[in-house]
Amino acid sequence: MTVELFIFYIFSIVTVASSVMVISSKNPVHSVLFLILAFFNAAGLFILIGVEFLAMVLVVVYVGAVAVLFMFVVMMLDINFVELREGFLQYLPIGALIGVILLVELILVGTSWAVSSGTDLAVQAAGINATPTGIPNTKALGMLIYTNYFYLFQSAGLILLVSIIGAITLTLRERVGVRRQNISRQVNRKPSETVQLVKVKSGEGI
Amino acid sequence: MTDGLALNLTPLLPEIVLFLAALALLVVGAFKDKEGARIVTVLAVISLILAALLTLALSRTTVLAMGGHFVEDGFAAFFKMLIFLGAAGSLIVANGYMRDAGIERFEYPVLALFSTLGMSMMVSANSLLALYMALELTSLPLYVMAAFNRDTVRSSEAGLKYFILGALASGMLLYGCSLVYGFNGSLMFGELGRALSVDGRLPVGTVVGIVFILAGLAFKLGAVPFHMWTPDVYEGSPTPVSTFFASAPKIAAMGLLIRVLMQPFGHHVVEWQQVVILISVLSMLLGAFAAIGQTNIKRLMAYSSIGHIGYAFVGLSAGTEKGVVAVLVYMAIYVVMTVGTFACILKMRRDGRYIETIADLAGLSASRPMMAACFAIFMFSLAGIPPLAGFFGKLYVFMAAVDAGYLWLALFGALTSVVGAYYYLRIVKIIYFDDPAAAFDNTPHPALNAVSVIAAALILFFIVVPGPVTRAAGSAAASLVTPASGAANVPAPASRVTALR
Repeated sequence: MTVELFIFYIFSIVTVASSVMVISSKNPVHSVLFLILAFFNAAGLFILIGVEFLAMVLVVVYVGAVAVLFMFVVMMLDINFVELREGFLQYLPIGALIGVILLVELILVGTSWAVSSGTDLAVQAAGINATPTGIPNTKALGMLIYTNYFYLFQSAGLILLVSIIGAITLTLRERVGVRRQNISRQVNRKPSETVQLVKVKSGEGI
Repeated sequence: MTDGLALNLTPLLPEIVLFLAALALLVVGAFKDKEGARIVTVLAVISLILAALLTLALSRTTVLAMGGHFVEDGFAAFFKMLIFLGAAGSLIVANGYMRDAGIERFEYPVLALFSTLGMSMMVSANSLLALYMALELTSLPLYVMAAFNRDTVRSSEAGLKYFILGALASGMLLYGCSLVYGFNGSLMFGELGRALSVDGRLPVGTVVGIVFILAGLAFKLGAVPFHMWTPDVYEGSPTPVSTFFASAPKIAAMGLLIRVLMQPFGHHVVEWQQVVILISVLSMLLGAFAAIGQTNIKRLMAYSSIGHIGYAFVGLSAGTEKGVVAVLVYMAIYVVMTVGTFACILKMRRDGRYIETIADLAGLSASRPMMAACFAIFMFSLAGIPPLAGFFGKLYVFMAAVDAGYLWLALFGALTSVVGAYYYLRIVKIIYFDDPAAAFDNTPHPALNAVSVIAAALILFFIVVPGPVTRAAGSAAASLVTPASGAANVPAPASRVTALR
């Protein structure tokens, strides 16, 4: 238990610290790197409470796709971040206000949830166990997705396929006049077809 | 839940055919360079017809499949037939325009097939999740198709507008679904219907959820408070895409809307009736008045479609089985009229360029009597002039409204259709009595002529044999209303009216 507690504190301290660094570091590339660090530590926290599927998804989706996309955008767009930062403080009051509202809402939700969690009638009546023992939750999810929700899983796949087709349809352009490399033609060329020996008399062109 | 676990794929055969056809055609198109688009279009139409035949062949009993998320019944079959035939019709008329506009690419029929697949999943959806998935599968190809002529500003604008507003509507729909789920604890229509078949007022959350779902679907239908995208998208998209928009997706969204309202919420007609009536009244008003000043025929057709959705909603607002039958007949007639009219619009070509203004039609009867006659038949039918099919559609919905005690709504609908008749008849007047403008090109695409003549014949001779359509619609509506919420739906319309007042 103490070891778990120790690991929990390490993960959470690093998460909070790197989140602070995300918004406070001067260099946007550093911000993204700290964001990735925060994601990794949040994934560690998920593993600590036994939801390994969420942890995997967090790493695969957020680190693998979203953060890398951020990195691309930050590096490819020529934005002067110092200029953007000017006048940053004038938004502080409204930002602080929103933060306070969010905090109050979170506290409200947290406290009311803690009160009623023991008597969650709908969940109890349905006989659903939110944390089944004996099987890992990846397996539990898979058993649902590939049986009861197979139809919807397939439809989601279809939607992804359609979005790929759509993106290609709308953006792929065949450019004319592009010289493409044709390897087999290159390899099959013979010196006799290409090299021409010319004897040039002095004082004359070809 | 457990009954669908054994994988019963038979009810899904039309969908599977479309799915496999779309995937195969993607490969065919990728390997055929120049002729690809034409071959793929032909094959896509064939697979749509095959899917329609399979739908016809499947048994009419209600079958649940795929863990209860998918239902195949007479109601779904009726709508699937309309969707497949509407989509096939709009694909047949598309190819010539696409070639002339230089945007003939094989992705178009493939996207249309995927969208049609989504629509047929939509009318068979039996849970809130399946509803949302099918709706997205329908909409995503439509966004791409609207922007298909990507090098023109208007088409890109149409695609972008449709996409952003569509995403907003999806958000509203999802929010409604989450509220309904949260307050009732189930996603399945059957279980929701059972949970909600108690008398008395519904919890506020459920009512708000119903309203949000209704709003999201009304957006897809282009009904009035959510109609803003319709004229711009119809005008900006390539004309075949507008044809597609005006036909199949409207049918599918209407089918889904009827199923959602009549099955899970069928016991509480009072809760959604006011919303449907409001949407209906506003749509009829806007469809009648906003179309008057239009000069572009595609914009006019957009406002016309808004108005027609309003009339279909009149039947729905009755909340009875008879009302559902009326809506089914109305939508069947509407899809034929729309595809036919757009086939005529696609023939408006002068000096190799497609034209879209109403003034260009002047004196068409002198140069192209056949096309003029078709155009006039469609316009008379859209206006609802008696011997044509459009009149009977309106008659059925108004009769359903009167039977449910909404005489004023029927009268209002009759009044707005008189206003609407003005702009339809104006087109007929321009075609027949104005000084002839330069003649149109001869269409090199015989498919256009065939589609418009067949559609005009169907409209013209509906009065002789209305039986098959109304009978099919009757059994379709019965299969929707009877099994799940039939007993719950018994309270007579009159009692509902008193509850409203």
